[in-house]
Amino acid sequence: MRQAYWIFATLLSHWRRHPLNLATLMVGLAIATALWSGVQALNQQARASYDRAAAVFGEAGLASIVSARGAFVAQDAYVALRRAGWKVSPVLEGSVRIGAASYRLIGVEPLTVPRGSPVSGLATGGELEAFLRAPGQTLAAPETLGELGVAEGATPSTDKGKALPPLVRDGTVAPGLLVVDIGAAQDILGRPGQLSRLIVDGDAAQPDAAALAAVAGDALRLEAAAEGGDLARLTDSFHLNLTAFGLLAFIVGLFIVHASIGLAFEQRLGTLRTMRAVGVPLRLLMAALVAEMVLAALLAGAVGMVCGYFIAAALLPDVAASLDGLYGAHVSGQLAIAPRWWASGLGMALAGALAASALSLAKVARLPVLSVAKPLAWREAQQVQLRRQGAFAVFCLVVALLAYVAGHGLIAGFVVIAGVLLGAALLLPLALSGLLSAGEGTAKQALAQWFWADTRQQLSGLSLALMALLLALSANVGVGTMVEGFRKTFTGWLDERLNAEIYFDAASAADGARIAAWLARQPQVSAVLPVWRAETRIKGWPVDVYGTRDHATYRVHFSLLSELPGAWDKVRDGEGVLVSEQLARRMGLGLGSTLAIPTGDAVWEAPVVGLYPDYGNPKGQVRVNVDHLVRHWPDARRTSYSLRTAPEQAEALIGTMQAQFGASLARVVDQASLKAASTRIFEKTFAVTGALNTLTLVVSGIALFASLLALTGLRLAQLAPVWALGVPRRRLADLEIGKLLVLAAITAVLAVPLGLVLAWCLVAIVNVQAFGWRLPFHVFPLQWVVILALALVTALLAAVIPVARLGRTAPQDLLRVFANER
Amino acid sequence: MTVIDRTERSDRAADAAPLLRVSGVRKSYATPQGALAVLKGVDLTLAAGESLALLGESGSGKSTLLHLIGGLDDADAGEIVLDGVRVTGMPDAERAALRREKIGIVFQQFNLVPSLTVADNLAFQARIAGRFDAAWQDELMRRLGLAALAGRYPEQLSGGQQQRVAIGRALAVKPRLLLADEPTGNLDAATGDEVLGLALDLIRRTGCGFLMVTHSTRLAARLDRQVMLASGVLVTP
Ligand SMILES: Nc1ncnc2c1ncn2[C@@H]1O[C@H](COP(=O)(O)OP(=O)(O)O)[C@@H](O)[C@H]1O
Ligand SMILES: [Mg+2]
Repeated sequence: MRQAYWIFATLLSHWRRHPLNLATLMVGLAIATALWSGVQALNQQARASYDRAAAVFGEAGLASIVSARGAFVAQDAYVALRRAGWKVSPVLEGSVRIGAASYRLIGVEPLTVPRGSPVSGLATGGELEAFLRAPGQTLAAPETLGELGVAEGATPSTDKGKALPPLVRDGTVAPGLLVVDIGAAQDILGRPGQLSRLIVDGDAAQPDAAALAAVAGDALRLEAAAEGGDLARLTDSFHLNLTAFGLLAFIVGLFIVHASIGLAFEQRLGTLRTMRAVGVPLRLLMAALVAEMVLAALLAGAVGMVCGYFIAAALLPDVAASLDGLYGAHVSGQLAIAPRWWASGLGMALAGALAASALSLAKVARLPVLSVAKPLAWREAQQVQLRRQGAFAVFCLVVALLAYVAGHGLIAGFVVIAGVLLGAALLLPLALSGLLSAGEGTAKQALAQWFWADTRQQLSGLSLALMALLLALSANVGVGTMVEGFRKTFTGWLDERLNAEIYFDAASAADGARIAAWLARQPQVSAVLPVWRAETRIKGWPVDVYGTRDHATYRVHFSLLSELPGAWDKVRDGEGVLVSEQLARRMGLGLGSTLAIPTGDAVWEAPVVGLYPDYGNPKGQVRVNVDHLVRHWPDARRTSYSLRTAPEQAEALIGTMQAQFGASLARVVDQASLKAASTRIFEKTFAVTGALNTLTLVVSGIALFASLLALTGLRLAQLAPVWALGVPRRRLADLEIGKLLVLAAITAVLAVPLGLVLAWCLVAIVNVQAFGWRLPFHVFPLQWVVILALALVTALLAAVIPVARLGRTAPQDLLRVFANER
Repeated sequence: MTVIDRTERSDRAADAAPLLRVSGVRKSYATPQGALAVLKGVDLTLAAGESLALLGESGSGKSTLLHLIGGLDDADAGEIVLDGVRVTGMPDAERAALRREKIGIVFQQFNLVPSLTVADNLAFQARIAGRFDAAWQDELMRRLGLAALAGRYPEQLSGGQQQRVAIGRALAVKPRLLLADEPTGNLDAATGDEVLGLALDLIRRTGCGFLMVTHSTRLAARLDRQVMLASGVLVTP
């Protein structure tokens, strides 16, 4: 034990003498852990919210009965089942918008709701009466009340103009969820006599399909307990993207750790040998080194976790806003951290630290007690190393290619990206070495020759940091290209899609008809176009069916990705439907294939006559003629309209409409504000990506700094002779900076094509797999200039301290190199 | 631990036997130009309390022999027995134990731990051998003239001072055998004389055997015996 203590203490004494080295190690570990755990905290927060929402009835593990063909179960079916002695409870779900945010509204029937679900407690207390009797109650989490900015008893209205029953605080309800009586829900959601599903009481005997058919014929279907629900499914890809980004940042952080550990190893080589020479057993030495890493990982990891918490808290509003905007998913704005998060974060820090130190540890394990003569000069040793690295790079690229050709799904997409990035990063030193020796060939002056040769020798020490820089820069180019490309495509697409001047929702179908009739009589209105909607599910995926009128607004402006001849005529005649890109991809549909769409009580077998882009929509979408919509879905929502008028008259018309119809007009917006709202959602998403992107670049800058710091000590031996031959220290410092700028510039130039490849992978593989739509590929050369500048600034910042140190090195220190020649 | 038991038993049994016996030791190195035979059958004995100078030209294999005796490397053939224990062919863990408990080594390059102070460097081997003796440590610090430098780091010392720390570290463990590889090679003549005088004095107090590699016949003359390594075998000069 004593022995172990002294060995450990001796190892640790190194760090006391090299605090900067210790700092880079700890910072590297902390940053890697912070970015990873920050992203994980966001993911966990969101998932916890979805789970709480899904588990509101203790539904996990409860089977339910749903409509076999349509999206809704008729209330009569429920009554029939109850009469037949089935222990089932009705539920109606939907989403409502209140103010700027959306909430999930659930209607329940407290008398039959299965035991174990939060609202079942009502049945025993006196609150049951209050919940059931008019005006009823809306149960909501304290967070939700806080967000709505109202007190208990308030009755906020939805954007459709329906007032909720008085709010009551209930800690068991998930944030973002509103629980009301089923009757109230049917009214608020505008679905009288309809139910989403019937939950089967887990305590009762479990029914089988045959028994169900005996009571309800083939109208109903038994569905096994679902996991997570729609939200989890719809948002999966969003979280996967976040995770991928967190992992990238983590890996870049590990480059720093690796560089710091490598430096510490080099500096302690003598000490390690001496320790072995005076009889320290190898096993104890290894154990002490591992213990040292574990200690560092735990300390820095804990700091990183705290930073990760703050990163997550800072990003949470944007993440929550984009999840809400994109998916209507409600994520609590109060960051709550599960113990599992701490465990997994520290575990990641540990695994990362050990992975980053593996190479150094392996070297120590094989360290001969006596220093042996170097078998190869550095140049040859570097060549061997480069060749090995090159072979592994080729292997990575081949794996990427295989994943691209043979794989499918999001995971395969990420394998392609990882393979390309890793392969390219490993090839970087090879490319740099080639370019530098070309530079050496052109140099005439002695000092210039030394400059190129020396830069090349420095390569092995700097290559890890340069790889990290390459990864960070190409991620910037790649993500930047994708985001810009998306912005460009999306704006253009919004312009086409939102071509009507005014959009409005009426409070009810009757109101809608009345307002439409009035508008049709106004001279400045050229067209009143219904945009009616029904909801359904195709193979379990939520799909919106929109019904529109045959009009030039669509024929001319609504652009299709591909279409059969006479597509719009076929749609008008009910002989075909238009299908969104993501629905087509998911269901494997092409032009001419037949889509089976479950309607209220039947299945509509409709030919697909056109495909259109529907960027950013997590749900599937079908467009049909409005007359056919109401024929197949008599209960379709007939409240939304768009209208055409001269743009300059829009504002006045909106004013007139509001004055004329008051509460019957649930919502009216002009084109510009609708566009702005849509764009804002995406800006939030990209703000998150942008923040992570910037952090990654900062991390790679620190990696560069750490490696430079590591090198300056070792550089002394190489610089001293040049200094002794009459090159002033100032000049040497300038040359050092020059070297780094050359390396950074070459790296940045190489990062551009790599970034474009990455962007292509994101656009053509990951996006398609994750979201179901493909973006056209655009390039933005101005971004490249910015990246180049960023790389140079990063390199300059990283070089300043180490090089200034070198420039200030006292002559006596330079002389010592000659005194202690080893 | 097993090593100690075995050797302590043999201590008593081997009063008459020499402290160190080297017989027929051979060693060659693999080089790009083929095998290089450095030691071609070396025989040597050293009694406890005896001091021996090992002379020889540069590259003749003096360090190689010293490393083999110190258990830092293994011989190709032959046998080395230290204090009744066979060093040749010993597994690595046992060799580490032997080095820290029975042998003190002074390297030409001092090989101090740069991140430890003078006092900690001096105590290092004794501590990991579990044999730290505060009184002995104090005496060594005083006799070696290091008392005033206890809190300094190696890089703040002159070559002679560093060499004294290295000698102190080797003696602090109270080894059975002290090995020194050109310990005065980096020192000027006067300092070299002084350091060697000090070392010999302290060695006499511990009663250990002393084997020193040196170039200098003048320094070698101060030791009990002298041998010379030439063409891979030992000859008397
Ligand atoms: N690890 C090694 N690998 C190859 N050759 C070595 C090694 N160590 C020493 N030699 C060679 O063995 C010979 C003896 O070396 P050494 O014992 O250091 O000589 P000395 O200490 O007498 O100067 C030299 O020619 C040297 O080059
Ligand atoms: Mg030698």
